[in-house]
Order: sequence, then C-alpha cells, then structure tokens
Amino acid sequence: MSRSDVLVDADWVQAHLDDPKVVIVEVDEDTSAYDKNHIRNAVRIDWKQDLQDPVRRDFIDQAGFEALLSAKGIANDDTVVLYGGNNNWFASYAYWYFKLYGHGDVRLLDGGRKKWELDSRDLVAEVPARPATEYKAQAADSSIRAFRDDVVAAIGNLNLVDVRSPDEFSGKLLAPAHLPQEQSQRPGHVPSARNIPWAKNANDDGTFKSDEELKALYEAEGIDLAKDTIAYCRIGERSALTWFVLHELLGQQNVKNYDGSWTEYGSLVGVPIELGN
Amino acid sequence: MCGAKAGGPDLAGVDVANETIIQGSVTRDGEPVNGYVRLLDENNEFTAEVPTSATGQFRFFARPGKWTLRALVPGQTVDRQVVASQGTAVEVAIAV
Repeated sequence: MSRSDVLVDADWVQAHLDDPKVVIVEVDEDTSAYDKNHIRNAVRIDWKQDLQDPVRRDFIDQAGFEALLSAKGIANDDTVVLYGGNNNWFASYAYWYFKLYGHGDVRLLDGGRKKWELDSRDLVAEVPARPATEYKAQAADSSIRAFRDDVVAAIGNLNLVDVRSPDEFSGKLLAPAHLPQEQSQRPGHVPSARNIPWAKNANDDGTFKSDEELKALYEAEGIDLAKDTIAYCRIGERSALTWFVLHELLGQQNVKNYDGSWTEYGSLVGVPIELGN
Repeated sequence: MCGAKAGGPDLAGVDVANETIIQGSVTRDGEPVNGYVRLLDENNEFTAEVPTSATGQFRFFARPGKWTLRALVPGQTVDRQVVASQGTAVEVAIAV
C-alpha cells in the first residue's frame, strides 16, 4: 500500500468534487462546523450522534454502520475521502471505523479542513443530496482495536504509545487544553508508555510529515517497530491519528487503537498508573 | 459579519477561579480573521489548537506557566509569548 492509497491532497479532492464515485465526508470535532460551510458536495458524519452507541459506551455496531452509510448515500465501491477540523482528529477516528468495518477504499484529505482554509479554497453552505444506498459492512475487525485488558497485558511487553500532550501524560492536565479540565478520573499514564504526542506526526498546517520523518520520529523515541503497538489518548480520536500513521502510512502490522483510552483506563480500579515524565 | 470584539470570549459561566485561562482575539486592521491558534508549551511542544470564532476569538484552558500562542491565518503565522496563572484570565490581542 502506498501513501496515495490512503492519503490525498487538496488538489486531488478539488479535481474529484464532481466525481460520482468519490464521496467527500466531513467529520469535525466541532460538529456544527459543517453547518457553517464545508467542501462542496461533502456530506457530514457526526462523530457523537452517528458513530457512538446512544446508550452504552461503545461505537455503533455493524448494522448501525450499514444504516449510517446507506443513509449518507455511500456505496461499498465508492472512494471515501474523510476530512475534518483539528488536524483530522475525528476524520482519523472515522477512518479507523471505516477500516474496522471493512470499507474498501477510504482516504484522508492531508491537512483536513485547516489546510483547505489556510489555502483559501472555496467552502459552501449547500448540502448535497445523495440517494440512499444499501451498504453492506463486514464484521468488525478486532485486530485494530485494543481493549483495557490488552493494555494492562501490554505493560512492559508491547509498545504503548500515549499520544496526548506532555502535560496530560505527566498528569498536570486531564484533557486537551482547549477543553475545560473538569474530569474526575486519575491523571497520569500507563506504565511503560512512551509519550509521543500526535502533533509530532503533523506539520503546523495539519499535513502529515514524510514517511522518512515519521519513521525517524518513532525510532528516536525508542519504539521498536518490530513489536506490536497499542496507541491511546483520552477518548481514542487522537490515537486514531497515530494509528493511521503507524498502520496506514508506515505499514506497521499489529497496531491497535485503544478507544477506551485514558477516560477508561484512568477510571479503572487497581490498575497501575505512573505520574510525571 | 459583525466586527471584532475586544478581548476573548465572554467568561460568563466559566469557573475562572479554578481554571487557568488564556484567551483573546485575532484581527487584521481591526477586523476578525478566520484562522487557527495553537498553544505551545515552554518547550515549544504543541499542546492544543482551536479555530478562531466568527468574531476572531479563541480560548484555552491551560495550567500556570509560560506559553506561546501561534496564530495561523492564510499566508501568515504570528507568535505571542504569554504567562498564565490560575484565577485570572490572560487576554491576548493578536494583530496580524
């Protein structure tokens, strides 16, 4: 798999805005951003309402994913291009869902909404009409998802990559600094985890660094790329971006995203936690 | 589009006493600019990023200490150094 199979630039998207087999999908942390404007012909997936189980803490099941994509007018043989704000955090999270449920051709727009805006490219308010499809998802691929027991078993054994900011890793903050710090669970990190903030994967404009730079980054941080890896953050969206880097761009096998992440681990009774750097 | 408002977003409803707030606005010739503001820690490590609001405003919940704000707008990047403390929101006006 090459980089262009999973990542496209803004010129590519611009050239495919009217391609009926390419579906542009905006997935934003700020779920109201799409209402203001979006890339022409883009549809929206709301990471809170569309991708989460409405009752228990889990994501939508296979039938739910099928219903969602059918309603959005996405067919199994469509090329899906995901993009969003905040450096593609939630677009990466949605990308991971699309892979989890076996979508054939899904890609990220490099730099997401930010790069598109900083390039002063057109955004529109008009919502496209896409006829519904009958999407068929595959059973969830658990090989790319880690659960809490996997994380506990990985301590001291596998690569654990904590992709939060240094202050969250050390326990000084409980959430990203643009969100109120009101959470009640314990601060800190999983013992033996390396802190490699997601932002190190990206340039200021939100585009990913080169494969060579990314490989050098993980090796310099002491990650043995021959070993299996689990990435986590606070709720699993930033770590989906790191999962994308390791699994999709660098082609590492056996990389899992722990979507329970710190909001789950930091609330577990009896598990080991480390504070500080 | 309404014009830029002085200072950061309204603090009504925010627990200012217990938070360490850095906020402000990004303007060009007094008009709000749509762009992004990044918060970098004392080691210049990325900590957070927000888009500016329609009125050019932004806010971070940080911790006491030295920070760098980096405003990204089309064609330009501007840095500002700030010192934040708990209980008093730091207001930063960034003209680009």
